Amino acid sequence: MPEKTMRDAINEALHQAMEQDESVFVIGEDVAGCSGSSGDVGSVGGVFGVTEGIYHRWPDRCIDTPISESAIVGAAAGAALVGMRPVAEIMFADFIGVCMDQIVNQMAKFRYMFGGKSRCPAVIRFSSGGGFSAAGQHSQAMYQVMTSFPGLKVVVPSNAYDAKGLMLSAIQDDDPVLFFEPKILYQETADVPDEMYTIPFGQANFVREGDDVTVVAFGQMVPKAAAVIDTLAEEGISCDLIDPRTTSPLDENAILESVEATGRLVIVDEAPPRCGLTADIAGLAADKAFSSLKAPIKQVCAPHSPTPFSPELEAAYLPDADQITAAIKATLA
Amino acid sequence: MSIPKETLLHAYRTMRTIREFEERVNAEIMNGQIPGFTHLYTGQEANAVGVCAHLDESDTIISTHRGHGHCIAKGAEVSGMMKELFGSSEGLCKGKGGSMHVADIDKGILGANGIVAGGPPISVGSALAAKIRKNGKVAVSFSGDGSVNQGTCFEAMNMAVVLQAPAVFVIENNYYSEHTSINYAVGCDDLKARTEAFGFPVFVADGADFFAVYEAAGKAIAHARAGNGPAGVFAEQGRYHGHFVGDPQAYRAEGELEDLRENHCPLKNFRARMAESGELSEAELDGIDAEVMAEIEQSVTDAKAAARPTAEQVTEDVYIQYTATA
Repeated sequence: MPEKTMRDAINEALHQAMEQDESVFVIGEDVAGCSGSSGDVGSVGGVFGVTEGIYHRWPDRCIDTPISESAIVGAAAGAALVGMRPVAEIMFADFIGVCMDQIVNQMAKFRYMFGGKSRCPAVIRFSSGGGFSAAGQHSQAMYQVMTSFPGLKVVVPSNAYDAKGLMLSAIQDDDPVLFFEPKILYQETADVPDEMYTIPFGQANFVREGDDVTVVAFGQMVPKAAAVIDTLAEEGISCDLIDPRTTSPLDENAILESVEATGRLVIVDEAPPRCGLTADIAGLAADKAFSSLKAPIKQVCAPHSPTPFSPELEAAYLPDADQITAAIKATLA
Repeated sequence: MSIPKETLLHAYRTMRTIREFEERVNAEIMNGQIPGFTHLYTGQEANAVGVCAHLDESDTIISTHRGHGHCIAKGAEVSGMMKELFGSSEGLCKGKGGSMHVADIDKGILGANGIVAGGPPISVGSALAAKIRKNGKVAVSFSGDGSVNQGTCFEAMNMAVVLQAPAVFVIENNYYSEHTSINYAVGCDDLKARTEAFGFPVFVADGADFFAVYEAAGKAIAHARAGNGPAGVFAEQGRYHGHFVGDPQAYRAEGELEDLRENHCPLKNFRARMAESGELSEAELDGIDAEVMAEIEQSVTDAKAAARPTAEQVTEDVYIQYTATA
């Protein structure tokens, strides 16, 4: 099976979806690039290159926009309401701050408020998360915030294979989907089939299987946790590693069944702790699997601080292998 | 400008329907029959009807918090709307939306909208879809004099020009954004010029005059439909009620409301025009009035008798299919 980067896997999914369905189009800032300039229109393909090549194949369906995040999300929402399948790019997840209304009060609410009589099959893509020394306004995960809004589906791939299958599912989905691409993983590779395939939402992936501890991790924390778990296996500690892949819908059953079997739970996420996914899943387990627990639940996440700029500070900010190792061992102490 | 008799009859009937719907809704709110926050369109009927007279079912509109008139003008069924306002599960939106979210996608009504200037960006999306599909459709967004100061409105207008999308921005100046005068809240003296500075033509009309709105909207919609990019309509006409039902309207000058109702009434103006031209007789118009009154009366009777939603319906229609555990 060919090895591809996560960037290329998503790019391939977009190409294949556009080939298959002419109602699919991409829209956003520099998704083509160089529009209106003397340069080569279409030569940018998004600042991370995820939409590269699309303009050259389908110039009418690869639409550069002004820097107007509310209008981008609104345009996607409106086009989706009348039957198109837009894939909009918001360059950084942090920019949800300038288009929150269109996401939360508009697209998330249409179906419900209109009595179930509308569909809004829009996908909004975001680069997400830390690790680039991009500081406080270009490093946030944000998916944990958006998970709290009913009406949105929220996807966080952790590898290239999942990213392609989840993107194709997202485009086919009739509900609005927010697709968070951990930007630190864009160049990470995995075996990715050339053909189209989908990965259903709400179905967690067991990245590792074990008996002693359940570890749940999201996005860029999944490969970090996997590396820790592989090291601990040499010490005789075996862990389930669950990657939920979608935080809404969340595969609660996979998590609860694993916790009931292991009796120990560690949750790892790169976002700060308050009202985040680690607290959410800790609450779920405390509520529904308390009698199975043999040790206190451990949460590994960023501190309650904005993401810092300096590499030393950001390294201290993001959860690392030592913290994940210590948390797993604490549940076994 | 000659307007077919059928169009005239439909326009009058629709304006009268909006008027009686709103006045009855006001009364039912006062009776405690309709819950929530409601914003009435009474007085501004000519705007919605003059614009929507140029649209067919597959053109879209998106409306505002003051949306009943736009929805009726675009063809929303009155009985379903009344049931919706009463919170019945038989309402147009199954009681999930209420006054501020009346919608009927099949009729090209992308919804009233509780967020001021929430609509224009979405309307640009509908216009963009029409452009990509090359189907000659237009997308109309209604905005008030308050919404034009929102960034989303600016973004939508600029983006529509950049993308040359067939979007029509209808700006209804009713002089007050909630309780604040346009003289305070719009920082320039010429809102038409400010809007045209985005790069599209804006056609001005007296919002108390159906014929003026019809003519201005006709030009704007024809401009957009022909592939010339967006266009605007700017119509001035006060609302007869407060921002919301129950608003004490401390901002009104003495005699202002009386003057509006007496001297700036789209229905009176329409009748006067017909009396002058002889295109429609008084008897025809009286007949429409009687039919509309009966229809509204029936809609209230039906709404009061309609099924109430049950607790199981709370989580219905969040997603198309959602089977995860609650």
